[in-house]
Amino acid sequence: VLLNEFLLLGAALFAIGVYGVLARRNGVMVLMSIELILNAVNINFVAFGAFHRTVVGQVFALFVITIAAAEVGVGLAIVLMLYRNRASIDLDQVDAMRG
Amino acid sequence: MVLGATMVAQHIAFGLIAAIVIIGALRVVTTNNVVHAALWLVAVLVGVGGSFVLVGAEFVGVTQLLIYVGAIVVLFLFGIMLTRAPIGREVHLTSRAWPLAIVVAVPIAGVLAYTLIDAYGADHIGDDTRQLTAQVSDSIFSTYLIPFEVVSVLLLAALIGAIVLARKE
Repeated sequence: VLLNEFLLLGAALFAIGVYGVLARRNGVMVLMSIELILNAVNINFVAFGAFHRTVVGQVFALFVITIAAAEVGVGLAIVLMLYRNRASIDLDQVDAMRG
Repeated sequence: MVLGATMVAQHIAFGLIAAIVIIGALRVVTTNNVVHAALWLVAVLVGVGGSFVLVGAEFVGVTQLLIYVGAIVVLFLFGIMLTRAPIGREVHLTSRAWPLAIVVAVPIAGVLAYTLIDAYGADHIGDDTRQLTAQVSDSIFSTYLIPFEVVSVLLLAALIGAIVLARKE
């Protein structure tokens, strides 16, 4: 398999995730887009690990998966608190810190 | 001869996986239904896990399925339920400024693709890239022992933080 097939898949997934983070208004949808970005990173880790014949890529992919789980937990708690305080998770309305 | 057949099979499998991942990811960021987005996210995650298995990283692939599909997507569905997003079509999921997001995302994809093709144009991963799970665990529990322990402390901190944030006063 060509290395580039995996890297280009990762790049496409990353760009789609960036679009999602920027274009979505719903807090939960933004978190889902962040998951897409983290998955793109994992594809690169595993592909480069296989390319260089080392397990380090897999080890760091496992770390990223773990941290993604922690991130989703905290992120959803924040979204939940946002919903409780403002009865909406529309991120366009979250402007309390606007200067 | 057998090797050639394997390579063809690998390419077909990769093509299928890539199609599932790309279509699923596009649906995640474009669909107007939050629950459908979560289910398309499952398709993306399973596809990415399949690509891990394809390069011989079966432990990471299985972990991907267990943690992402088993835990994170369930968390997302709970988040959707608790924030009472209407089940069904919802028109205000995408910001009015979405063309600007395309203006950002398409150049990112273009620059990344150009750089990758320029740098790794014809590099092959190789046919036998299997790495034993035992090697992965040896690496985690020797070279990367300290990062591993730090990650477990981070998980504990995230757990406590999520409970404190989500708890009713």
